[in-house]
Amino acid sequence: MTARVVIQTEDFSVSKVLDQLRAGDLRVGAICSFVGTVRDTRLLSGKAADEIVSMALEHYPGMTESAIEAMIDEAHQRFDFYQAHVIHRVGELKPADQIVLVAVSSAHRGESFKACEFLMDYLKTQAPFWKKEATPEGAKWVDARVSDDEALARWGIQSRNRG
Amino acid sequence: MKITVRYFASLREAIGQSQEDLHTLASHAGEVRDELLARGGGYACLSRDRSVRLALNQAMVEEDALLQENAELAFFPPVTGG
Repeated sequence: MTARVVIQTEDFSVSKVLDQLRAGDLRVGAICSFVGTVRDTRLLSGKAADEIVSMALEHYPGMTESAIEAMIDEAHQRFDFYQAHVIHRVGELKPADQIVLVAVSSAHRGESFKACEFLMDYLKTQAPFWKKEATPEGAKWVDARVSDDEALARWGIQSRNRG
Repeated sequence: MKITVRYFASLREAIGQSQEDLHTLASHAGEVRDELLARGGGYACLSRDRSVRLALNQAMVEEDALLQENAELAFFPPVTGG
């Protein structure tokens, strides 16, 4: 049985994790997963200065794992699912690289869809990760988004990430 | 009492170190923030004009959190994972 929460520099295989979630568990009728990837913002804005050459991800070892473990425990209180796995990468990443995987198994799709979205919304504002983007104009820390606090508020949790 | 203070991301860069031990008379986290702010220089990044989050013993807290001997108090900017 693999750990529910893994923080690693290496890439991960989504299909391996999804296979693990249904292996030997005949109760499982639904698996929902979300993968976050590094985007090149230049292609969205059309501005050369927005090019993302690479992205460095820093975290708070120890707290990161316990914060996400607590999120999964909270998700179990709210939704009827069997297992959740979260993998989050740190270190140097390039556009198109995978950053994060949240994968959830349940009997029916509704609960795993909801738990997956809940865990991502929670993670975005409560797990201690920080992104720094390398652009043609130098490196800059990514600003937190108000929309991420609003996403968590939909679940009745006040985030306070942006103060 | 003695506590360990840790800084992450842009705050670590501004302050120029990732952690330090502190002997303090402070009883709660906000008072430590005041002490550090009073040092000036890079510590200005802890200003209350900016969004700074606090964690005590690796759990998110507000400034009214009570310190204990050997506590680990962390300051960091809003998180941006995922």
